[in-house]
Amino acid sequence: MDGYLTKKSAFKEALPTIFGYIGISIAFGIIGKASGFSIIEVSLMSLIIYAGSVQLTTLNMLVAGSPIVSIVLAAFLVNSRVILMSTTVAGYLKQENLKRNILIGTFLTDESFALGMNKINYTNGKLNFTWFNTVNIISYLTWQAGTLLGAILGGFITDPKKLGLDFAIVAMFIGLLYLQVLGDKNLNKVLQIIVVLISFALTYLLTIVLPANLVVIVVTLIGCSLGMVLKHVFF
Amino acid sequence: MSSSKYILITIVLCGVTTLLSRVIPFVLLKKFSLPPKLVEFFSFVPIVIMAALWFSNLIIARPGHLPEFNWQYVLASLPTFVAAVISKSLLVIVILGMISLAVLRLI
Repeated sequence: MDGYLTKKSAFKEALPTIFGYIGISIAFGIIGKASGFSIIEVSLMSLIIYAGSVQLTTLNMLVAGSPIVSIVLAAFLVNSRVILMSTTVAGYLKQENLKRNILIGTFLTDESFALGMNKINYTNGKLNFTWFNTVNIISYLTWQAGTLLGAILGGFITDPKKLGLDFAIVAMFIGLLYLQVLGDKNLNKVLQIIVVLISFALTYLLTIVLPANLVVIVVTLIGCSLGMVLKHVFF
Repeated sequence: MSSSKYILITIVLCGVTTLLSRVIPFVLLKKFSLPPKLVEFFSFVPIVIMAALWFSNLIIARPGHLPEFNWQYVLASLPTFVAAVISKSLLVIVILGMISLAVLRLI
């Protein structure tokens, strides 16, 4: 990763995440096709919803024949962490006009968010439209290509798990977390590690009492608050 | 309602929902500034979210009971983490992660 906010460096830096997207989107395509949806329906989910966790939830609930209202509510809850991410990214793009901000928001994902957060460690806390938009476009196109490929492959592959495809996204979270802790120059390392461990514990405990969809968002709210308290008391 | 219409309406409404969650913060923040306390709060968001997403994938919820561990994922996380420390490259991390799990499933 470098300090330039150009198309070229965006392209270079987005490349590794492509493999994450490909893995997940192919897996989604295969699962969608295997669940009895047409290639067009599976592709429409990726084109219109464009959020892996929401698409998988929607897929599950559609198969179960859930009411539309509850599917949409689940989509909102599953996706609510994106509100936090958008809010964070928006703070770095205030210099860009509204149209550009809306474009960046429209295509924001977990991975482009994490990539952006890693990037600011190399650019003195700066982000711009060109860099972010390039990352977003590459991600979107990869997601669509992967979904289509998966939906087509779905007719042939019976067990995507055999290839470890389902672990691609987990591996990506591990890598992004490690690189984030490594790259963040503002927060104390010990503090960050403590906050990560607290987040693990919170995730475990909250999984007992909350529906899976709510765990990540509630952990985020509590974890960040505890992080702030720890920072002021001990660091 | 026909089945394909039900599917289509659901997809479009879920799409509008995800779009609004993504875009509204950008529109609002054009007009208002975040207070410093909130900026500090957000500085923790990346690590907390990534940690939560990782860990939530390692456990299987059993409402009302202690969650079970998905041991295959837990074990596959170890070489993946080592790959992160050594390579510092997302590409290597993702590929090694997938290989780790595929190998574990063979055993």
